[in-house]
Amino acid sequence: MRPEVLTGEHFLTGDEACAEGALAAGCRFFGAYPITPATEIAEHMALHLPEVGGTFIQMEDEIAAMASVLGASCAGAKSMTATSGPGFSLMMENLGLGIYTETPCVLVNVQRAGPSTGLPTMPAQGDMMQARWGSHGHYEIIALAPSSPQEMFYQTITAFNLSEIFRLPVLIMADEVTGHLSEKVVIPEAAAIKLQTRKLPKGRKDRFKPFQPGPDGIPPMAAAGEGYGIHVTGLTHDERGYPVMSPDAHEKLVARIVGKIRNNLHRIIETESYRLDDAEIALISYGVSARSSLAAVDEAREKGIKAGLLRLITVWPFPEELIASLAKRMKALVTVEINLGQIHLEVERCSRGQCPAFLVGHAGGTVISPDRILESLEAISK
Amino acid sequence: MTKRKNQLTHPLDSLVRTDRIPHIWCPGCGIGTAFSACLIAMKSSGIDLQKTTMVSGIGCSARVPGYTNLDSYHTTHGRAIPFATGMKLGNPELNVVVFSGDGDLFAIGGNHFIHGARRNMDITVICVNNLNYGMTGGQVAATTPSMSKTTTTPMGNPEPPFNLPLLAFASGATYVARWTILHTRELTKSIEEALQRRGFSFIEVLAPCPTGYGRRNRERPLDSLRFYQEKSIVKNDAHPADIILDYQKGITLGTFVNVDRPTFTDIYEKTCRLDPAACM
Repeated sequence: MRPEVLTGEHFLTGDEACAEGALAAGCRFFGAYPITPATEIAEHMALHLPEVGGTFIQMEDEIAAMASVLGASCAGAKSMTATSGPGFSLMMENLGLGIYTETPCVLVNVQRAGPSTGLPTMPAQGDMMQARWGSHGHYEIIALAPSSPQEMFYQTITAFNLSEIFRLPVLIMADEVTGHLSEKVVIPEAAAIKLQTRKLPKGRKDRFKPFQPGPDGIPPMAAAGEGYGIHVTGLTHDERGYPVMSPDAHEKLVARIVGKIRNNLHRIIETESYRLDDAEIALISYGVSARSSLAAVDEAREKGIKAGLLRLITVWPFPEELIASLAKRMKALVTVEINLGQIHLEVERCSRGQCPAFLVGHAGGTVISPDRILESLEAISK
Repeated sequence: MTKRKNQLTHPLDSLVRTDRIPHIWCPGCGIGTAFSACLIAMKSSGIDLQKTTMVSGIGCSARVPGYTNLDSYHTTHGRAIPFATGMKLGNPELNVVVFSGDGDLFAIGGNHFIHGARRNMDITVICVNNLNYGMTGGQVAATTPSMSKTTTTPMGNPEPPFNLPLLAFASGATYVARWTILHTRELTKSIEEALQRRGFSFIEVLAPCPTGYGRRNRERPLDSLRFYQEKSIVKNDAHPADIILDYQKGITLGTFVNVDRPTFTDIYEKTCRLDPAACM
């Protein structure tokens, strides 16, 4: 039997590191459906989840995979799934149910190039807006973007922690390169990993209202079988969980659920700055594209171009104020991403016209080379 | 005073979210009878009700869990079975009951149904079959008889319907029964049996939908009940391929399948918890 936390130094792919992060975070249910380039996460979990007392099941499609993940979470198990574009589309339905019923879980999307079947084995970052808006109705979402296998490990733990704290599905928006890249992954002692678990109900069971929020806007969560007799529905509901068909009840509920993220931006948003202090042009990037951007910054600096990098570790919620303050002191903002302009649109919006915003991107299939970024930086700085 | 108290309480009140009544169902609808049969069976089965949870998809029948005073989950259209699968695997101590309609379980959720049955997932699935999509106003379903009129088959249904017990049997369900809401004792007994056993249990409950289906097919609620009385033949242990649901010839009712087969969890525990070094 293996330990829950595989403490030590390992040579792992991003997908394997993600699975190890999940095991270390206490994930005990994985609802799977195979898809390139995320399959290795499922394979790793199929082998190792039973060893730590968890259960793995390969469902009949991604719709079922996501539904099973929500069911397991409602039964009290930390749960997750992993997929790529086509499967991500199928999961949007139950992602919405998870958001509206406030069911914690983690959904990993190892992005490949779309639309449709696209380039299954090749990288892209074209699902970023789908991550934000892919399920119907208005909601906020948390999406993290790992840049390395080491980060796949840590971000999976962070994703579980955020999902448990805020009672929401949390997305990890990886990419094919980060998922398949093998690198050194350092896994700390179990005691050094801080884990969060959902807030549990207190007081009389018969008086418990499953959707009555605490002062932080987040309701404690009872699992099925604990004697609370709760009702959970994807319909608009009141604090008892009962359906209420009125605009007022809808406004109240949607506002509270959206508020869980909007009122806690400082607790959620993480970014990393590189050589931004004296920069005149800021690159904004995430995932594998941030690695190319990092190299481009150094090369630009050698050529006398004062470039810096803002790496988005959290992509959603978007670091709006940070981008606005950067735009104020930069000559230009340049978003680097493997799509034809998604996060770029957000950067442009958040720059509030204070400086021009440019995109270095392409439709997908390969990483963006540092040379291409450098060319753009040279053209912009002229 | 005691007498008055007796008059005001119903033996099933403890299992009903009375603060949610009145319910949404139309006059003449059969879902309420299937609902009370389910609650009576839950009580009489002796299962731990605190450990019992109900799951549904979307539709009129899917509102049943919301009226039941147990942990209940009203999920997305067609997805009750995979949701229930996750619940059962997330906490194997739970008794998981799926209560939903024919449109939900067999059209949009048909794939999930056959795979749940194939795995022999240890859940009980009760399907109220009212031959159409009632909540949206009476559209054709995968169970609507050929040539029947619905709002989306105004000239008559060109498609044949599923034979649900045959589908369940072929998919691997280990308990398969069909009753009507007129056969409440048999239905209740059947649900009780299903709740007490392990494995994927499926019970089809034929019920009238006068608002959605009946009025377009010259079938008043009493006509349906008369039909259930006059045309049904109880044939326990009949082969599911031989049973019929034909409004001219008749309806076969009964418990058709009741066999033991290891559940998903039984096999998972035996085969998947080995030392991985031994399997690779």
